[in-house]
Amino acid sequence: MAGPRITVVGASLAGLRTAEALRTALPQAQLTLIGDEPHAPYNRPPLSKDVMESFAGGDADETEAFGKLLLRSKLTPEDVSTRLGVAATGIEKAGVRLADGSLVRSDWVIAATGIRPRRLPLPGNEDIRHVLRGFDDARALAPMLQPGARLAVIGAGFIGCEIAATARKLGLHVTIVEPGPQPMMRALGPRVAAAMATLHRRHGVTLLTGRSVEAYQPGRVILDNGKEIEADVIVEALGSLPNTEWLTGSGADLSDGVLVDDTMRAIGAPNLLAVGDIARFANPLFDDVPRRVEHWCIPGFTAKRAAQTIAALEAGDTPEPGFSPLPSFWSDQYGMRVQAFGAPALAETQTVVEGDLSQIGEAPVIVEYARNGALTGVIGLGAPPALIAKHRARLMAALTPKETV
Amino acid sequence: MKVHVNMDICLLHGQCVIAAPEIFSFDDNGDLHWVEVIDDSQVADAEAASDACPEQAIILG
Repeated sequence: MAGPRITVVGASLAGLRTAEALRTALPQAQLTLIGDEPHAPYNRPPLSKDVMESFAGGDADETEAFGKLLLRSKLTPEDVSTRLGVAATGIEKAGVRLADGSLVRSDWVIAATGIRPRRLPLPGNEDIRHVLRGFDDARALAPMLQPGARLAVIGAGFIGCEIAATARKLGLHVTIVEPGPQPMMRALGPRVAAAMATLHRRHGVTLLTGRSVEAYQPGRVILDNGKEIEADVIVEALGSLPNTEWLTGSGADLSDGVLVDDTMRAIGAPNLLAVGDIARFANPLFDDVPRRVEHWCIPGFTAKRAAQTIAALEAGDTPEPGFSPLPSFWSDQYGMRVQAFGAPALAETQTVVEGDLSQIGEAPVIVEYARNGALTGVIGLGAPPALIAKHRARLMAALTPKETV
Repeated sequence: MKVHVNMDICLLHGQCVIAAPEIFSFDDNGDLHWVEVIDDSQVADAEAASDACPEQAIILG
């Protein structure tokens, strides 16, 4: 008997891992993987760092560079029908509608369409304005990163800060414009963010915080205080928007990504699941508030969970309750690794437990994050793995799934 | 099954140590160690570690 038709929309890390987990959990399933990019699933984190650097130097072979990013997979062409270079435009009772007008008939749909960069809604400078999300973005931006060029980065989140660090290494003049009081403030909290600001300034970045862009004029960025920055290249790194427009009318709550329960099923759309960056779920390690989590580790966790859910439901069982993955993220800037475990963003207090933030980039620092006196996260700054592992163990002991009411 | 880590591309994220602590570990110097031959009961953990590696440095075979 033919198995269920399962369509995974989004040929990214999340989409690929979901297809793999489904193949294992439901060998008889008929799998389709759909991606709007022409590329096979690939790894994004190096785009702002190694890939940018090697492309900018002009010594990188594109095919070879992409080969290094390509995600290894055990799936064979027989395991899954893959359709690349075509976006999903809608979801219907019978399945997923694609941009070429065709319909992929589906019993289950898994949304793994991820996020796209937010743009500044301002006209001007179109020829030098860039974003960085995909391989093609990196390919377009890299040739602009020439020594001596003036780069303006709008937004001091992780992507913006990583691009700034890479560009400094390449010998560009770099100005970052950030509306908030410190770079990476939401993720790292005020004390660590302030130390990261010092690190960027020490490496020669002009970091303008509390400032926003008022307008673009040819080759210039005009700030809200009237200051003008001359720029040969501009990168907008202002955070992201979830790609959920194609799910309009599905019944799912799309107010920020796709609201899912702890089995990754969309609330309001029983045959729709969501994984990766767009899945908004509560993590009982912390509380019962659903959140999207844009970390590299989340696709793997949610992919497995979604596959288990469909396998259980297809077998007439109830999926096992409880989903509480330990989030982690990292960033590399100026040769220093920022490594986080848990949810530092939820904390109210930060305590330096090893090292000294004034020594950031020179000596290891470990910071613990707490809310209501309970640990929510730990971050290592230039800290050796064994040292971070010790503190991660303390964190894991402190984080126990909370009963939801 | 054999486990190998390509230390030329490993960046010591430590995700494997979390995913499969019985196979991968750090010593006090921060060097990564792993069990080179695992039995069938550990294959799922090793695969989870391989999937969790942001650098795809873990080779199973």
